[in-house]
This record gives sequence, C-alpha cells and structure tokens, in this order.
Amino acid sequence: MTRSEIEAQLKTIIKPYVQNEEAFENLSPETDMLQDLQINSAHLVDIILDMEEHFDIEIDDETAEKMLTVGEAITATENLLDKKD
Amino acid sequence: MEQHKNRVVITGLGVVAPNGVGIPDFEKAIKAGQSGIEFIPELEELNFRCQVGGIPKVTDELLSASFTELELKRLSAKGVIYGILAGLEAWKDAELTFAEGDAEPNWKYGTVFGSGMSGINTLRDAIYRTDDLKVRKLGTTMVEQTMPSAISAFLGGKLGLGNQVTTNASACSTGTESILMAYERIRDGKAQIMLAGSCDADSPHVWGGFDAMRVLNYKSNENPKAASRPMASDASGFVPGSGAGALVLESLDSAKARGAKIYGEIAGGFVNSGGQRGGGTMTAPNSMGIQKCIEGALRDSKIEPHEIDLISGHLTSTMGDVPEIENWSKALELSGKEFPRVNSLKSMTGHCLSAAGSIESVACVLQLAGNYVHPSINCEEVHPKILELIDESCIPHESIQQENTIIAKSSFGFGDVNSCIIFKKYRA
Repeated sequence: MTRSEIEAQLKTIIKPYVQNEEAFENLSPETDMLQDLQINSAHLVDIILDMEEHFDIEIDDETAEKMLTVGEAITATENLLDKKD
Repeated sequence: MEQHKNRVVITGLGVVAPNGVGIPDFEKAIKAGQSGIEFIPELEELNFRCQVGGIPKVTDELLSASFTELELKRLSAKGVIYGILAGLEAWKDAELTFAEGDAEPNWKYGTVFGSGMSGINTLRDAIYRTDDLKVRKLGTTMVEQTMPSAISAFLGGKLGLGNQVTTNASACSTGTESILMAYERIRDGKAQIMLAGSCDADSPHVWGGFDAMRVLNYKSNENPKAASRPMASDASGFVPGSGAGALVLESLDSAKARGAKIYGEIAGGFVNSGGQRGGGTMTAPNSMGIQKCIEGALRDSKIEPHEIDLISGHLTSTMGDVPEIENWSKALELSGKEFPRVNSLKSMTGHCLSAAGSIESVACVLQLAGNYVHPSINCEEVHPKILELIDESCIPHESIQQENTIIAKSSFGFGDVNSCIIFKKYRA
C-alpha cells in the first residue's frame, strides 16, 4: 500500500473524531491530531483501535505514543504493513 | 404540614415506547389501544418460554437526527440510547435551549434519570472481549456506557446541566421515583428545572432472569398482542418491554416567566418500602406498605380519595393484579362504582421494567391534559376477584372522554419498594 493510499484511508478513520474541520480540509503530514484537529485525547485511543482493525495490524503502546501527527501515523502504519509482508 | 417553596409543573414530554416512539405516535397508539408487543424470533432461538416482548422501533433517521456521527459510533448501550432520545424530545418540547460549547452550564437545571440494565448489550460485548484476552480492544467507551449513571451523565453533557445530575434505581419503581425525586428538588427550591425519567434495555440477558423465574406469560407466543392482560381472569404472567419516558419538571414561577405550555401539575407523592415484612418479600409487596404509600401520596398532595378521576396502576398482568386493586380499594376506602377508573398501560407496552414508571407517567400527563382515559386492553373478562372489589365500568375497554382533574400513578418494584405520584390539572 502506498503512503497516499494509507493517508486516504486514515482520513476516513479519523474524520468522525475531528473537531476542527478547517484543519482537516488542509490536512498535511505535519498536521497534529490533538493540537490542529482538536481530537479529544481519549479518542486517540479509539483511533488506534480503528486503525488496528482497518489495516489488520497491532500497534504497540510505544509506537502509539509517537503517533501525534498524521505523517507519523502514516509512517507507523507503513512500517507495520511492511512487517506483515 | 410544611410549606412548600414552589409549585411544580410539567412543561415537556418525551417517550420511546414499544407502541410508539415520540409523543405524537405514542398518543395515537394509546388512544387506539394499540399493542406494541411482538413475537421476538431471538427469544425462540434461545429457548425462552416467553417469546414475545415490547421493543421500541427506533429508526436510523431518528438516530442520525439526534446524534452526531461520532456519538453514534461511540454509543451502543440500548437503554441509554432510548433515554437520550426521550430526554431530548422532552427538552425540545419544553422549548428549552442547550448550553452551547464553552458557555456556562445552566446551574439551576439538572436531571434525575433512572435506569435498570440500560447498558447490558455493551457490557456483554466487553465481557466477551475481556475473557477473550482482548482487554486492549475494549476502547474508551465501555465505562461511560455501562456505569449505572450512564444515562444521567450523557444527558447532563448533551444539555449542559449544572444542577444535580444523577441516576436512581429501585427496580420497577424507578421511573415514578425519579419524577418524585426531581419534583422534590424543585419544590424545595434547590433547582428550577429538572429532567425526570427513566430507561431500560431490551435484551435476552435481562429478560432471561424473569423467564427463569416463570413470571413471564409463555402462553401467548402465537398471539403476541394478547399476551399482556392486566386484570384479566386469565392473566398469567407479564410481558417484558423496554424504552424510556421523560418529563421536564419546572417551578411554576419559571414556567410562567418563560411563557411555557403547561401540561399539568405535580400535586405530590410518596415513596416507601414494605420492608420485606408482613407478607412482603424480595419479589412480593407487603400490602400494608402499598396502602401506606398511597395514603402518604394523598396526604402530601392534600387531596381526598373521591377526587381521583383515574388510577394508572402498576398492574403487570400477573397474580399481583388482584392484591393491587384490593390495596387501592382499602387505601382509598372506595369500592364498587365509587372506585375511580383504572387502567394499565402495560396492556399495550408490556412491562418496561425500570422504564415503566416514567413511560406510564407520560401517558398519565397526556390523559390529564387531553381529558381522556386510554383503554386497558386484553381484559374482556375481568378477574372475578377484582369484580368483587370494583365495578366493571371502572375498567375502560375503549378510550373514554372524561374531564380529568386528578390522576394517581403507582409503581412497585423488587425489594418491596413502592412509589405513588399524584398529577393534577394545572389551574392558576
């Protein structure tokens, strides 16, 4: 799966949690999920669960803690998908 | 007797019932004597004796009109959903606003919203995941949906309530008790507006316990609409139901100042327990307790027995129906044709457990405001022991138009707990 494919699917996953629609429309790899998208920090846990289910991957706590920006989430997913293959 | 600070009136109604979701459909159904009881295939598959029940028909349209996409994603607890829908309807009906975003909450607005096993389906899912070593996969919504106060917590957040936000629980007495608790808070001047009500879920995992106790009617699986038969000679068990009822209670001063429409007034009420003594047990009421509860409600409301136009009974379609009528007759010292009209909403909804008292109270307020008495269906042949106590004309088989000034509603629950509330036509 390419980075842009992962990004497109990630966008669908995080969309319902986003509280700042404008930042979501201007999404870039640097977009911070808590600061910019104003996602509730408790909901970040649910986003990780949704990602695990959608991509069929296991995101450990250490990796999850580093997933603060959209770019970091894409990279983490990319690495985990690579490991699967 | 102590002087009450405030008169308390009802200014909003909401309902999610097996025979009608939303006030307009519900009122149409109760006037027409329409049953919401249906055959439930899942109960047959699970080898239940009783395979009928009352489940509200909540549409996807209503859900998406009432919740955001995220809220729906995070909410599965059935009873909580029913409670929120009923609560929101009542709030809108009262033309009250929501505290927006960062605005201060309304410090004088609160809720007492009762619950039974409202999050049972969510809890079941969490139990399976946990036992399957998937605690990591529980997500973050299990606690908020399965805690007993889930419903009051959700409503408090939706509406921005800053006064008391709590959930009461007293089995099948819950709904009537919640209204009385909210009423007392306004009466005593501690709150201006309270959302009162209760909710419960439909689930084989709640209903199974009753099926095992053999207190459900298992003789009417082929004829669901005839299954709930309060006061009938052949009443042989209740039919499980679910849903929610909600009432906005408000001080009269507040309602007048807002120019709110007033459905009726709460004249007073009483709650007590038979102490599981004197014939009372965990599951059967002490008759003296019930009589004292009714007498207490009349005293609190300063009304005389002959003033009662209608009794909305607890009347579940079990062997408890006869002693209930006997207790009313003794407490009121009225019998035969002197006895007030009496009906049971459960004939159409089944027994909605913790939601029963509030759904039935919504029906009481509609009958009070609309000057009618809804039929008590499936009671063509009244129990002969009831006819020894009261005249057959007391039980309406069809809707009756009558001027209602006082309606008395009672609920009783496991644990030998009782509640009785008196609704009164509002007169300035």
